[in-house]
Amino acid sequence: MTDSSSNSQGDGARARIDVNSPIRVLVAKLGLDGHDRGAKVVARILRDAGMEVVYTGLYKSPNDVVSAAVQEDVDVIGVSLLSGSHLPLFQELGRCLREKKAEHIFVVAGGVIPEHDYAALSDSGVDAIVPQEARSDLIVTTIRNLIAERGRI
Amino acid sequence: MTAFAPSRPARRAAYVPSAELVPDVLSGSVLAVARMISRAESGYAEASEALAEIYRHTGKAHVVGITGVPGAGKSTLVAALIKAFASDGHKVGVVAVDPSSPFSGGAILGDRVRMSDAAQSCQAFVRSMATRGHLGGLARATLQAVDVLDAAGYSPIIIETVGVGQDEVEVVTAAHTIVVLSAPGLGDDIQAIKAGILEIADIHAVSKCDRSDAPATVAALRGMMTLGPGRPGSDWQTPVLPVSSVSGERVSELKDAICRHWDHLRDSGELHDRERSIGRTRIFGTARQLLQDKFKRDVAELDTHVQAVVSRTMDPSVAACLLLGWDNEVLA
Ligand code: B12
Ligand SMILES: Nc1nc2c(ncn2[C@@H]2O[C@H](COP(=O)(O)OP(=O)(O)O)[C@@H](O)[C@H]2O)c(=O)[nH]1
Ligand SMILES: [Mg+2]
Repeated sequence: MTDSSSNSQGDGARARIDVNSPIRVLVAKLGLDGHDRGAKVVARILRDAGMEVVYTGLYKSPNDVVSAAVQEDVDVIGVSLLSGSHLPLFQELGRCLREKKAEHIFVVAGGVIPEHDYAALSDSGVDAIVPQEARSDLIVTTIRNLIAERGRI
Repeated sequence: MTAFAPSRPARRAAYVPSAELVPDVLSGSVLAVARMISRAESGYAEASEALAEIYRHTGKAHVVGITGVPGAGKSTLVAALIKAFASDGHKVGVVAVDPSSPFSGGAILGDRVRMSDAAQSCQAFVRSMATRGHLGGLARATLQAVDVLDAAGYSPIIIETVGVGQDEVEVVTAAHTIVVLSAPGLGDDIQAIKAGILEIADIHAVSKCDRSDAPATVAALRGMMTLGPGRPGSDWQTPVLPVSSVSGERVSELKDAICRHWDHLRDSGELHDRERSIGRTRIFGTARQLLQDKFKRDVAELDTHVQAVVSRTMDPSVAACLLLGWDNEVLA
């Protein structure tokens, strides 16, 4: 059902009920990008992999998305971007995460993102970039691997 | 094919003990409130003392439940109410519940789509919650999330239930004020009657009153309300209020009615009765959950009893008593 790989909650953190509570992901669209088919497909893929997906709708600013991610206490912000404006938007997203002391939240990017931008996005704080042709299992394992490395918090 | 994901081991936060989060929750830190709600949801034993401490600081907030069939307009209405309450200077909290998939255990929590602008502009705290298999229209940790928000100074706290069907009325014993929302044009009958939730309302709201078929639904509901008595032992008159969350029309009247009901509960002394019934239901509910958890943990013992019941060497009641560690006499 849910992922079982990671369970390092630190000292004295024993689970009473749900050792592996579902990974929570916020699926977000940033800026003036109306392509929402991919975001909805990704939301379903993650749901079917046992994750809890908060969807926030279109045309959000990085600041909106980080505020929502903090309140929802998600493990991952998954951004779907097809507009070509990924460089400034992810830079701003990284800045908002630092400002709100939310750098523990992973950032995963998908959509139309040319490979030559990967390094710059990584510098902005993007933890993983999933190529557009990726099959659903790569999307799921990419996210699971990030959480497994960190452990639950 | 692989994803581009260079490893960055040192960047990640460590587990902050729940006890250390408590002062931050009480001073209203959004990060701490959010994390504490997650700990309640996951049921970490480590968090139980902290949640107990937090509970001692609750009892200040007005808890409002909003229920109605899927598509009635609950989330949109909550967004409108956030704005209405915030403009009166309230710090609004919201817990919005959506169902988990019984197949994968995952969930798509979509209520936030309608609320995010209101949440952002009004600094409301909105939390989406999956039922994780819990029935009754709420999630198991919904009321603990309400506790955390209450202790952090949010009021009112609005609970949006899963769209109700029959029997899904747990919210009745979870909130002080119940708003049942009906939409016009979703069939001939009023959905509240079909769902058997006509009587639970402290306030009936009819959504989408910008539409031409709304007055008929309002009239039908008002007709129904004159037929039966209200809640036993209460002289509160349940109003039927049309609203449009889209145009914002009459949302402030609904907000006023919600406040009036809160005043009524306090002035009449009915608040005490509601608090008692909320407390009783929470104890029963938690006891039932703890038992279920215990049974599920002791799988081997359970299996032995299941085998005995299936082979007719033991009857289910006796098996249940044995599992509970009770004597058979209890049944007598
Ligand atoms: C369908 C489409 C549209 C539809 C969108 C409908 C909708 N509601 O989504 C319409 C017709 C409205 C549209 C409009 C436009 N489009 Co268009 N559109 C496309 C098209 C053909 C397919 C996109 C799509 O839906 N694919 C199907 C989904 C399921 O795939 P996906 O989004 O890639 O998602 C998958 C993966 O990428 C990944 N993924 C996606 N997001 C995420 C997120 C995470 C976290 C993860 C892990 C994975 C992941 O998983 C998904 C499932 O496998 C693309 C071409 C292309 N190659 O992508 C152009 C494309 C995106 N559009 C483009 C353009 C320019 C436009 C317009 C500006 C055109 C115009 N001049 O009017 C407008 C802008 C509209 C707006 N407001 O933003 C360009 C963008 C150029 C760029 N980035 O540099 C593209 C690339 C076409 C091109 N080659 O020029 N478009
Ligand atoms: N015309 C109109 N549509 C509304 C109103 N409130 C909600 N809706 C629409 O009703 C649909 C369901 O709303 P939603 O709030 O998600 O309903 P929920 O499932 O009960 O939470 C959406 O398409 C809304 O845009 C309203 O006041 N007027
Ligand atoms: Mg809803």
